[in-house]
Amino acid sequence: MKRLVLLVALLALLPGAVLQAQQPAAAPGAAANPSPPAGVPQDFVPAGSLPQAEQLPAAPLVIAAYAFVWVALLVYVWSLWRRMTKLERELADLQRRVQRQ
Amino acid sequence: MSRAFVPLVLVAMVLFAAAPLVVANAPFEQTMGLVQKIFYYHVPSAMLMFVSAFVCGIASALYLFRRSAAADRVAVAAGELVVLFGVIVLVTGPIWARKAWGVWWEWDARLTSSLLLWMIFVAYLLVRRFGGPGSEKLAGAMALFGMANVPFVYVSVNYWRTLHPKTSVVMTLAPGMRGAFWFCVAAFAILYLLLLTIRKRLEDRQAAVEQLYLAVEE
Repeated sequence: MKRLVLLVALLALLPGAVLQAQQPAAAPGAAANPSPPAGVPQDFVPAGSLPQAEQLPAAPLVIAAYAFVWVALLVYVWSLWRRMTKLERELADLQRRVQRQ
Repeated sequence: MSRAFVPLVLVAMVLFAAAPLVVANAPFEQTMGLVQKIFYYHVPSAMLMFVSAFVCGIASALYLFRRSAAADRVAVAAGELVVLFGVIVLVTGPIWARKAWGVWWEWDARLTSSLLLWMIFVAYLLVRRFGGPGSEKLAGAMALFGMANVPFVYVSVNYWRTLHPKTSVVMTLAPGMRGAFWFCVAAFAILYLLLLTIRKRLEDRQAAVEQLYLAVEE
């Protein structure tokens, strides 16, 4: 029983030990928060104040969203029309068969 | 409804033709700018997704407890519209989020619960389509479960920490935005009513075809 407990404990500790071994050793005296590379702003910069090249353009996203809504609605209306036409044809055919009987 | 159908189609067409102009003339939101314009189609679609889930749930309850076949047909029509408006919400939302939050998707309470709600109604339609005889009752129970989820999806932004704006956004809109927003809500609501009517009519026709098949076999 003791051996079994020992085996389970070893198995439980093994993944942690492996992960610990995989971590690169921290350089002695390294700070907890390393300083960012040169050229990266240290303060908060609002997205609107960023240079134009770094901003995500909004117009294509707005156009994509509105286009998607229109396409989704039109495809649905088209699918309704198609299903309705098929059913009407089937209904007329069946009514003819019933009348013949 | 049959008398009001054609005028409603005309009203819906006029509203949807005017909606882009109304949205374009609404003032820009201070922090998000142009991308906030997605709001005018995104939020009405979400509202109708919730309304449709309620319609489907209530109609399913009528079918389950009163055996109303007409209510069951309304439930199917509304269930399909939950999925349609849900797709619109789940696509336009991430497009807006990409610009506003910097990510397409975040597994937060509102987004995840909305996706789950949509998936419940996709499952509802799949059960209706492929469940075989008797699946209407199981699907009806699923619709009730889906409807019960709606209030949780709605209040999720107030109870959990989330990137999504809170429920107070609509009530605190700037006066210039309020008119455009309710204009779009009216356009979407009329469209919803029309689509529900047409889809219900399709179910009625389907029922008539099934009855005729039985008559032919006899």
